Amino acid sequence: MKIIVLAKHAADPESEIHVGSDGKSVDERGLIFDINDWDRYAIEEAIRLKEAHGGEVVVVGVGSKCEDTLRKCLAMGADRAIKIPVDTGLDSYQTAEVVKEAIKDENFDLILTGLMSQDYNNALTGIILAGMLNIPFATAVTEIKVEDGRIAAKRELEGGLSEEVTLPVPCLLTIQSGINEPRYVSIMGIKRAKTKELREVSVSPATKSLEVEKMYLPPVKKADMITGSADEVAEKLIEIFKERGLL
Amino acid sequence: MRVFAVAEHRRGELNPISIELLNLANSIKGDGTSEAIVIGSDVSAYAEELAKYADKVWKIEDESLAEYNPELYVDVLMQLFSKEKPDIVLVGNTAMGSEFAPYLASKLNAPVVTDAVGVDVSNGIKVSRYIFQGKLMVDVLLREADTYVITIRQGVFKEEQEASGGIVDAGIKPSVTPSRQFVGFVEPEVGEVDISQADIIVSVGRGIEDASNIELAEELASLLGGVVAGSRPVIDNGWLPKDRQVGISGKTVKPKLYLALGISGAFQHIMGMKDSELIIAVNKDPEAPIFGVAHYGVVGDIFEIVPELVEKLREAKG
Ligand SMILES: Cc1cc2nc3c(=O)[nH]c(=O)nc-3n(C[C@H](O)[C@H](O)[C@H](O)COP(=O)(O)OP(=O)(O)OC[C@H]3O[C@@H](n4cnc5c(N)ncnc54)[C@H](O)[C@@H]3O)c2cc1C
Ligand SMILES: Nc1ncnc2c1ncn2[C@@H]1O[C@H](COP(=O)(O)O)[C@@H](O)[C@H]1O
Repeated sequence: MKIIVLAKHAADPESEIHVGSDGKSVDERGLIFDINDWDRYAIEEAIRLKEAHGGEVVVVGVGSKCEDTLRKCLAMGADRAIKIPVDTGLDSYQTAEVVKEAIKDENFDLILTGLMSQDYNNALTGIILAGMLNIPFATAVTEIKVEDGRIAAKRELEGGLSEEVTLPVPCLLTIQSGINEPRYVSIMGIKRAKTKELREVSVSPATKSLEVEKMYLPPVKKADMITGSADEVAEKLIEIFKERGLL
Repeated sequence: MRVFAVAEHRRGELNPISIELLNLANSIKGDGTSEAIVIGSDVSAYAEELAKYADKVWKIEDESLAEYNPELYVDVLMQLFSKEKPDIVLVGNTAMGSEFAPYLASKLNAPVVTDAVGVDVSNGIKVSRYIFQGKLMVDVLLREADTYVITIRQGVFKEEQEASGGIVDAGIKPSVTPSRQFVGFVEPEVGEVDISQADIIVSVGRGIEDASNIELAEELASLLGGVVAGSRPVIDNGWLPKDRQVGISGKTVKPKLYLALGISGAFQHIMGMKDSELIIAVNKDPEAPIFGVAHYGVVGDIFEIVPELVEKLREAKG
């Protein structure tokens, strides 16, 4: 089975986030970049499918600085990587468009993407790509089985409920977190990754689907803040518990 | 403007997001119309409910539409939209809507934005949404197009505007055999503890760092007479069983006390606990969105505060 995985080099929402001086972008200083959390699960799942059924895993990254993430995926066990050095920002249409172009000669059976990017939270790229490629798809997948040439996938709904669906290949699945336990990158893996192919493909997207007008901090109603040393805070919390009849 | 809202239902129940979409549609339609679309095998009851909030309700009925299937949904919607031209299509940002809407958009060649919390049509189409898991907001201006597809966050557009629309059978049948097949629903696993029944919940997030630290939360919970629950990463990492997950894809809880320890407060988590009677959050990040729903907040390290609290509670209990 030939599997294409999209992996984004994405800013961690737990890093320091400030609006840039133009009021339309995130200030890159303070941001920590790593493989998008959902894509870690996607690449792991692809490698497991390959280990079980044979084939090849090709990882694709879009962005001028996405190499670290592609190397990480190679070190985890992907066979080769394609880097598309364009920065599509928040525009998932553009991301899907350039990926479509870059993989047009890859005869894939399956495309895996993350459910969403941890920075822009669009949850769009994979599905738009499936639309452009005219292939069946399923989102928020938490289990994949290969059965008689079809894919059986469990997809997450609300409140703990899931649905099971089957799809023919080729198809595209977006992966929900928790589907597996992603492996750590081994020293051996890193060494081997150095010899693996990382090819650059230049494609540029045709049109923009949106324009960022403004980025800003969300207006929040703030909780009553309890301050003081740990000792004082604990004291105050116990008072609140008592007031509320919780103790 | 003609604003269409695709209603959502599952297992005989209309999802309230359907009405919220119409609330938004009514507030942005201007001189135009709010039109609901409901797809299924027998949708009369849903259509009647939707008609209270829409200028028109389109029914699309067929045996093969009994269970949601994105290929069939997009097929019948494309048929409807080839005749009835929508300016804006609103869809719930749910497991169902967030799946088929982007596919529909790609077929309509329509700009698409997900998880919107604000839609402004006064000067082009401008959409507000959260990014960075709730830490930042962005306003995006969409490229000019015939049709726009927008998925809407649940619980935002609650203000109802009554309307009284007629119900029309669109007379549309699926024109394709879907390649994706629905097999069945998989029920959540039932564990020993039902957190949705608990009065006191000590809930831990990624900030708890490791499985071995769950003990600390257990200790606090037992002193308070409560149970331990967690955010999704805690469950994904296997530190707590799946039935302890609070949030949109876990359980909804309304305890007397919800103590959130090292939880950032992503929307998907908040949806599961925002109606708790008393919410107290401890987080080392003063900007954590959890402080937006908490009644009391503590900016601090859970590994300093929780042990102190445990000790004081022990003393108090003697
Ligand atoms: C479709 C979908 C469904 C989802 N369903 C759910 C769901 O049901 N439930 C759910 O919870 N999530 C769900 N999520 C995931 C959600 O978006 C967030 O990723 C998740 O809630 C984050 O969990 P967290 O707050 O524990 O982790 P993080 O966001 O990583 O936050 C950890 C927090 O801990 C704080 N912290 C770290 N160390 C300490 C310390 N020593 N002391 C104090 N504070 C500390 C940090 O400041 C940070 O705020 C879903 C996502 C999607 C896309
Ligand atoms: N720049 C990118 N490079 C590689 N993959 C991406 C990129 N942007 C998005 N993706 C993929 O698409 C998924 C959804 O992203 P998004 O639509 O931005 O939420 C991610 O989990 C990735 O798998």
